[in-house]
Amino acid sequence: MSEVKNLSTAAPVAMSRPLLGWTLHDSVVIARSTILASFRIPEALFFQLIQPVIFVLLFAYVFGGAIPIPGGDPGSAADASLYRQYLMPGIFGQTVAFAAAASTVGLAEAMQKGIIDRYKALPMSQSAALIGNTFANALRQILVLTVLSITGYLVGWRINDGILNAVYAYLLLLLFAYTVTWVGAFVGLSVPNTETANTAGLIWIFPLTFLSNAFVPLDSLPSVLKVFAAYNPVSSLVLATRQLFGNPTGYAPGTEPEFWSLQYPVLYTVISCSVVIGIFAPLAIRKYRTVSRR
Amino acid sequence: MAKEDAVHVEGLVKEFGNVKALDGLDLVVPRGQVVGLLGPNGSGKTTTVRILATLLKPTKGIAYVNGFNVEKQADQVRHSIGLTGQYAAVDEFLTGRENLRMFGDLYHLAPPYVKQRSQELLEWFDLIEAADRPAKTYSGGMRRRLDLASSLIAKPRILFLDEPTTGLDPRSRLGMWGVIESLVAEGTTVLLTTQYLEEADKLADDIVVIDHGRVIAHGTAEELKDQIGGDRIEVTITDLERIRDAQTALAPVFGGESMVSDSLVSGPVSGGSTVLVDVVRLLDSQNIAIADLALRRPTLDDVFLSLTGHGAVEENSEKLASRTRKGRKLS
Repeated sequence: MSEVKNLSTAAPVAMSRPLLGWTLHDSVVIARSTILASFRIPEALFFQLIQPVIFVLLFAYVFGGAIPIPGGDPGSAADASLYRQYLMPGIFGQTVAFAAAASTVGLAEAMQKGIIDRYKALPMSQSAALIGNTFANALRQILVLTVLSITGYLVGWRINDGILNAVYAYLLLLLFAYTVTWVGAFVGLSVPNTETANTAGLIWIFPLTFLSNAFVPLDSLPSVLKVFAAYNPVSSLVLATRQLFGNPTGYAPGTEPEFWSLQYPVLYTVISCSVVIGIFAPLAIRKYRTVSRR
Repeated sequence: MAKEDAVHVEGLVKEFGNVKALDGLDLVVPRGQVVGLLGPNGSGKTTTVRILATLLKPTKGIAYVNGFNVEKQADQVRHSIGLTGQYAAVDEFLTGRENLRMFGDLYHLAPPYVKQRSQELLEWFDLIEAADRPAKTYSGGMRRRLDLASSLIAKPRILFLDEPTTGLDPRSRLGMWGVIESLVAEGTTVLLTTQYLEEADKLADDIVVIDHGRVIAHGTAEELKDQIGGDRIEVTITDLERIRDAQTALAPVFGGESMVSDSLVSGPVSGGSTVLVDVVRLLDSQNIAIADLALRRPTLDDVFLSLTGHGAVEENSEKLASRTRKGRKLS
């Protein structure tokens, strides 16, 4: 090792302060590093991409025939194809809900390894580590949704209502992904270690995705669960994407959902995402400021 | 006055619930010096560093770093310091170079400067060949070097090193010591916490011994050793079971001040090498065989034992017991 120099060489050159402060700059730095790092974990990337594909194949070919879709002709080949059209938005919804997992596990790890402590001792924006992390994890869903859409296409799913509406559908899915990553961030900073983050920290995502219209029509659920599922934002998200992609909605032509959350699914999804971000982003940032590795 | 020192701490108290981690700590680190903060696990070393690095807020008391108040001027403090903790806090999925770039960007340094400084640091820390490999593939020593390099990216005037060599093999430890020495040689101020007395002895100009969140002694390594008096004799016997007999037999030499661990009895002596003969004679009369016998200057370990009533590195099971004992205080 050669002589280490710290002070005796030229003084550091600082950047000039951006107009809007450092938060955006620092968030971009963190997001860039988070995305870069995620490509170095082949297992995680593989898991994130392969799991939803397996779900598509499983539901399309194993359960598909057993779940009747209103408007279909049970047992026919046309009905199986109809179910796949119905299924894909459900898988999209479930997949983006799992975007929360990456934030939970990533932040719990950063916490345990002392990286968050290091961030907090830097003159950086105190919310950038979270904004950058959640943004990167939501952004990564673009790749996941692309792979999933191709898989869907191969099993017979189609975009039936024009490109513009499809773009709205994808944007809505990304908004939802960004929303759950904030919940995931809060959970990741609240659990005591990475083991808990990997288990208990992710457990809430399962009822959230399965107690919804993602895989079965709401009318097949018992009444209490039906009310829960109707106001579950996953349901409104999935119904909204079904409408925007022009896929079967699970409602016979001419009938309307009985809950307002599903009568205006796009509006309800945007409102619930805003409310959840409005609650969990400040909670997570406050948690970030107080947590420390002891 | 407080603002001239690199670190100036008065009456620092930190409570975690009912536990008092710091109980009125005073500490001064003059500019350009290395101060070693020495103490057992749970004595408050890390809490002190965390408060100075703006990671924790003190319950009471006042702390200045580089002349800035750690609570009210946290951002200026963060610009002045580098922190290397007990864990190599680097992103293990990023390469060495990418880690340095990230931290440089987060210090808000100009990209060309970050690029050039990263290259310098990678060269100095002998990480050039590994620079473009993920840190995951690094050895423990390499990760620590990368960690320290990351905290030097903005050329901080003050460096907090929290147990910088814990868990390193002896060769890597020597390497780290070399790095720290050359940083100090050109004027960087260092506050170093350690459990290794040898480390404090080698690196620190001034040593502050703390226990239960309070300073219990303060001085250079030599001053601290002088405080506990002269030479010591250490006797290792071959038969572990007779260690108590040996302690009893040697009472005339050591007075009441002997200590026992495993098969070793040690204690303070006066009279130098002539006492060695007495030791051999006393043990021989009891038929206790000697495996090793040495006369030596006190180490900081002895200082520690005499100050706190327990060693620097203690097991958790011993912690409760030692809490009830009261360490002798030096004036």
